[in-house]
Amino acid sequence: MTPGTGDGPGLPGEPRLVRWFLIAIALAFLVLFLLAPLAVVFSEALRKGLDAYRAAVTDPIALSAVRLTLLTSAIVVPINVVFGVAAAWLIARFEFRGRGLLMTLIDLPFSVSPVIAGMIFVLLFGAHGLLGPWLVRHGVRVIFALPGIVLATLFVTSPLVARELIPLLQAQGSDEEEAALTLGASGWQTFLRVSLPKMRWGLLYGVVLCNARAMGEFGAVSVVSGHVRGVTNTIPLHVEILYNEYQFSAAFGVASLLTLVAVATLVVRSLVEWKSGRRLA
Amino acid sequence: MTASPAPRDQGRRGRTLPGFGLSMGITITYLTLVILIPLATLLLKTATLTWAQFLDTITAPRTLAAYRLSFGAALVAALVNAIFGLLVAWVLERYRFPGRRLIDGLVDLPFALPTAVAGIVLTTFYAGNGWIGRFLEPRGIKVDYTPLGVVVALTFVGLPFVVRTVQPVLRGLDPQIEGAAASLGAGRLETLRRVVLPELMPATLTGLTLAFARGLGEYGSVIFIAGNMPMRSEITPLLIMIKLEQYDYAGATAIALVFLVASFALLLCINLLALRRVK
Repeated sequence: MTPGTGDGPGLPGEPRLVRWFLIAIALAFLVLFLLAPLAVVFSEALRKGLDAYRAAVTDPIALSAVRLTLLTSAIVVPINVVFGVAAAWLIARFEFRGRGLLMTLIDLPFSVSPVIAGMIFVLLFGAHGLLGPWLVRHGVRVIFALPGIVLATLFVTSPLVARELIPLLQAQGSDEEEAALTLGASGWQTFLRVSLPKMRWGLLYGVVLCNARAMGEFGAVSVVSGHVRGVTNTIPLHVEILYNEYQFSAAFGVASLLTLVAVATLVVRSLVEWKSGRRLA
Repeated sequence: MTASPAPRDQGRRGRTLPGFGLSMGITITYLTLVILIPLATLLLKTATLTWAQFLDTITAPRTLAAYRLSFGAALVAALVNAIFGLLVAWVLERYRFPGRRLIDGLVDLPFALPTAVAGIVLTTFYAGNGWIGRFLEPRGIKVDYTPLGVVVALTFVGLPFVVRTVQPVLRGLDPQIEGAAASLGAGRLETLRRVVLPELMPATLTGLTLAFARGLGEYGSVIFIAGNMPMRSEITPLLIMIKLEQYDYAGATAIALVFLVASFALLLCINLLALRRVK
């Protein structure tokens, strides 16, 4: 079979027409649901011209949202990387009782609605929450402030790094680590010089994906933020406000920033797959 | 901190790797503080409700309508994604055409794109005056402000799951087996039905479950396109949000608890079914 257009190991005796038909349907579906929406963001953002776009993005309130989002992500991503690496090391390298349960717990946030994820922190730290009165007496604000936003984002993005690393570590095995240990390396030396370089590509994608999701988290942050303009609004919340005020070009302008982060994430993913010669989960 | 090989280290096949104690400590501490204790407050808060209050809240017509829409729309979207996900995975793995790699990389877009952005984009795209809505609406297909809009949003959000679970299985499937089936006289449809699809079923079910779970809780991409009319296009997470904004914490907690328990039970059932099918 020649590796030309439309040729691959399809079913034996498959007419070309069938192939082209299937490709056409699949592409139509993907264009309708993936490519077109991507095009919508940028065309709507630039509808009123480059100056309007620049104005929307450099608006002081937009900039304060950008700052808050960057700060949140700068706190959340390192914490979730430490957790993700530890959890993946534990799950992929050791057999112990309760391992299956632990894996379920690590995945748990994936099946909790973001709104509920935000709500549980309000129930815990809100003014009428369990710890609320104590926090008020000591003058600590968690809900409607940065700590609440960070906690909700931590919850929602916690499985991402671990989920990328577990299959990678399991596939790689631990022969090199054992060799290093046998040759007299300490535990930390082995981890830093052998394990970390081995997992670097998977870790890179985990970090980038966790960052994209932390920056873009909407439901959970929406519950805990309190929507104070210029103070506790992250980029996605700012987009919502602009959109609800019918400032569509500005909304899409600010949204295009997050879209660029998402596209960059996908580029990193492709690079990682190419560099590591391994398909990501 | 020094990480000497942990004393109770039970390395795989009896070999010893360092870091068991440390990684266990970090994992348990984090899960307890960030996931388990906050989730437990949901139960504690529910315990402060009386039975009558609890039942009133969760059987209110508006709540039941929201439950129905959330589970129904998530299921329909997951099924759509199962069918098209299989097709997309097949096309991407088995055929060669220009732009294949680009498309393959783009499949994960719904993973990385913030849900609020997805929400306003889909609304702009499918609204009555939107890019494609203007062609659909004169033909009687109204997407925005209807349950169909919810399905469209959830289809977008769940799109990567089936594709990504089926692709590796397809890659591992030897085309020669299909050749063997053909040489034994099986037609193409028969080969597909009796040889290829059974191999792909477990992965498809896994992907379907993941897409369904994601769709159940989804908020950001839905609220813009759904119009959020009570009894008609109001999903459960939004109803919880509305209760919270009215400071009705008891009501929000009751709705959320039943929703969570029902989702977990349903996901468990699907997983068990999938396991039995594999066996």
